This record gives sequence, C-alpha cells and structure tokens, in this order.
Amino acid sequence: MSDVRFTKDHEWVRLDGTVATVGITDYAQQALGDIVFVELPEISRKVQESEACAVVESVKAASDVFAPLSGEVVECNAAIVEDPALVNRDPAGEGWLFRLELADATAFNSLLDRAAYDTLLGTI
Amino acid sequence: MPHDSVENALKTTPLDALHRRLGARMVPFAGYAMPVQYPSGVLAEHLHCRSYAALFDVSHMGQATLYGPAAEALERLVPSNMQELKTFRQRYTLLLAESGGILDDLMVANYGDRLRMVVNASRKADDYAYLRAHLPDNIRLEPHEDRALLALQGPLAAAVVGRLSAEAAALPFMAVAEVSLAGTVCWISRSGYTGEDGFEISVPAFKAETLAEHFLAETEVAPAGLGARDSLRLEAGLCLYGSDIDEGVNPIEADLAWIIGKRRKAAWDFAGAATIRAQLDDGPARLRVGLRLDGRALARPGAEILALDSSVVGEITSGGFAPSLGVPIAMGYVRPDLATDGTPLLLSVRGRQLPARIVPMPFVPHRYFR
Repeated sequence: MSDVRFTKDHEWVRLDGTVATVGITDYAQQALGDIVFVELPEISRKVQESEACAVVESVKAASDVFAPLSGEVVECNAAIVEDPALVNRDPAGEGWLFRLELADATAFNSLLDRAAYDTLLGTI
Repeated sequence: MPHDSVENALKTTPLDALHRRLGARMVPFAGYAMPVQYPSGVLAEHLHCRSYAALFDVSHMGQATLYGPAAEALERLVPSNMQELKTFRQRYTLLLAESGGILDDLMVANYGDRLRMVVNASRKADDYAYLRAHLPDNIRLEPHEDRALLALQGPLAAAVVGRLSAEAAALPFMAVAEVSLAGTVCWISRSGYTGEDGFEISVPAFKAETLAEHFLAETEVAPAGLGARDSLRLEAGLCLYGSDIDEGVNPIEADLAWIIGKRRKAAWDFAGAATIRAQLDDGPARLRVGLRLDGRALARPGAEILALDSSVVGEITSGGFAPSLGVPIAMGYVRPDLATDGTPLLLSVRGRQLPARIVPMPFVPHRYFR
C-alpha cells in the first residue's frame, strides 16, 4: 500500500515510484461545500512547491490548490472537470486532481504524515 | 482562538440555538452570526426551495415602524409613490442620497395608521439615522429589535402557511396582514428574495423558535442558509445591497427606473431627483445587466468585463453558479451600448478571458402569486 502524506493546505499526496497523485482532503471538501468547478493545470507544466496550480470552486468561493512539491504535471483527472461534485463524494479516491512527476521524490518525506495532519486538524 | 473571539463579538438572532442544533455552519454577516448553510449544503437547499419550501432566518434585517403621517414625508427620500400605496400592501423602494446614490433598498408596507419597513442588516443603523434626520418631528421611527423575521419560500410555502392561516395563504403577492400563526400574532407579507412564491413573517423574538420548529416539522420544509439565499436571489435577478447597488450607483444605472412613480417623475421632488432626471434624459454611463458564461468557469464580483477587443467595459458585481440552471451566471455593469441582450463579451478571470453574453433577467422566471 502506497504511502499518503498531507500538506498544511489540506491536500493529500500519494507516492507511486516518482509520481505523486494530489487531491484535497475530506476536511477541505467539507469546508468548501458543494464544488461546482475545477480548473486543472496543463499537462507538462513545471510547478514549484507551493505554487498555485489548480482552482477548486464551490458555490461560495474559489480556492487555490498548491503544488505540494516541485515537479512536472503528467496527468489530470478529466472526470472531475465533467463532474466536479466527485471531489465532494470521494475526495481521497476518484476525486483526485492531478499527478506530478516529482523533481525529487525524497522530498515526499518532508510532507506531513497522517498523525501530524490529524494534529493540525485538531488545532483548527 | 481568534476565530472564537470574533464570533463572541457577533450579535445572534433569536434562532441561534436552533441553527446550531440543526448543524448549521455559522459565519459572520453584517455583525451577526448567521447560518451560511446546513449539513445538506447550498445546492440541495437551493433546489429544495425551488421545488418545495425553504425556511430562512432573516432576523438580522432591520424591522421598523414609522408612526404618524409618514407616506408623504417619506416621499422626500424615496422615488416611489408612497401616498398611493394601498392599505395592507407593500412596495419595494430605494432610500436615496442627495447625490442620487442608493443608500439602501427596502420594503415598505402600509398598515393603515403606520408604515412598516424591512431594511438591510448592514444598513439599518445608517438608515434609521438618515430617516430620523430627514423626516419631520411628527413622524416617529421605532426599530423592532425584539422581533425575528422568517422567510418561508418556495412553491409549497402557501400550502404550509395555509395549515395555520387560510387568510395568510390567500394574500396576493406584495400584500401584508397581521395574522395569528400558531397562537402568535405575526406581521406577514407575501414576498421574498428568491423569485419564488413565499412569505416573510415577522414574529416576536420569544416565539420565533416555536414558529420555526413548527414549519420545519412540515414535510415540505427544509432549512436554508445565506448561501442558498444568495444563489436564489441572483437567479431571480435581484440586487444585493453592497454588491450590486450602493451609494455610488443611482437607480437608472441599476436598471431600477421602474421604481420611480409616474407622479414622482412629473414632480422630481425627491432626494437626488436632478441627478436621476439627467441620467434618464441623457442616458447613464453604465447599466446593470445579467450575463451568462459559455463555459463552466465562474466569474466572481470584481472580475472585469471586456469587449471582444479586450478593452475594459465594466465589472462583475455578483457572480456564481446557478444551481437551477447548472451554469455560471453573473450580474454586473457595462457601457449601455453593450447592454443589449445577446451581446458577446469576455470576463477576465485569473488572467483568462471567459466568453459570456448579456442575457435578460431574471435568469430563472419569477413565480409570484398574483
């Protein structure tokens, strides 16, 4: 089972080899409410860690999604562009946003683990 | 926690405990802790209102009574025919500044020997001060901070109200009455802010929760928060004060010229009349319009409106997803020569130019009970 890490911006990151799949956490989708639009990055776009590279909009507001680590966008989830509510229904699974070929796969270990993310949620 | 201290400073409505029991997400709005949504979410609440009936707490709004011969005096500050307003009828009007700018939009109802008003929460203190300063001494303004205001909106609202009062259910659109609902005398109007048939019900604060619980126990009724209230009113093409209209906008620009009474347009005897008359004669510099985006991306307030040659021709003042239509819609101001239905324009969002076109409002037809 592949390892899942988190960011303080409420994204989850799953690493498979050198490819990281990125989504928003259940906390994030709940806080946003009904998601009605998703804007995903261009394939091949090179992103720096913490760079805004996707937008998730609920009926209430637009929210940036940041690159959790540096890398190149290799895949986007077309299903959520057609059906943005999928991000609400299955944020940690079918509602993933994009995949990055990481510039440095070891940087993955610098992200929050489940326990650290749970601690962060406990302080909100 | 900073968040808690902010919330502690907020005023609460008489339904605060009920909202929290229902699992509402509370947000600060105009100095009040208000429910933005309940667990079912904005989309479900919005669609429930369009199909069945939704209950909104709008107790943050300002309720006040004007005692004395107020209709004639009020005409100095609003452009509507107040003297012709029949007993037990209500009118939507605008409180105007001497500049012709809009100080507030409000409902005024004629209860025979008095006028009752409902004004925006964010404006009530300023409105009351302005009215007291400008109305003659024989008119007395009394705010009703001891009352709640419930809005029951949707095609089945009348069926629900009819179980408590046949008289209330028979009121036509924009009629008002004092009726007893579940043992409490309420001030009820057949009106709302959703485009649907419905009622706004003023109830003494200490009876508000009982009445709200009564409505919520009916199978047709679900609670709805400010999120759905905003998306419903946008679909209905109704202005939000502070976003679509404010003191920097006059009624002609806001496409609210219909509010100016015929007699008032002959006499031009209200605050800002000279400016408004000139705008009507010469044409305004900008006009409020509805826009529909071609794609799925949303345009939010503040987004620039561009002509096809990319020149800036206006700005979005309200925008979001229209749950009843499944597409993004917006309201904004454009140069009048571009305000014709069907005109293609571009909306600048995150550095992109989203194609949109002018469409007639309301976006979703009104279904008032006339």
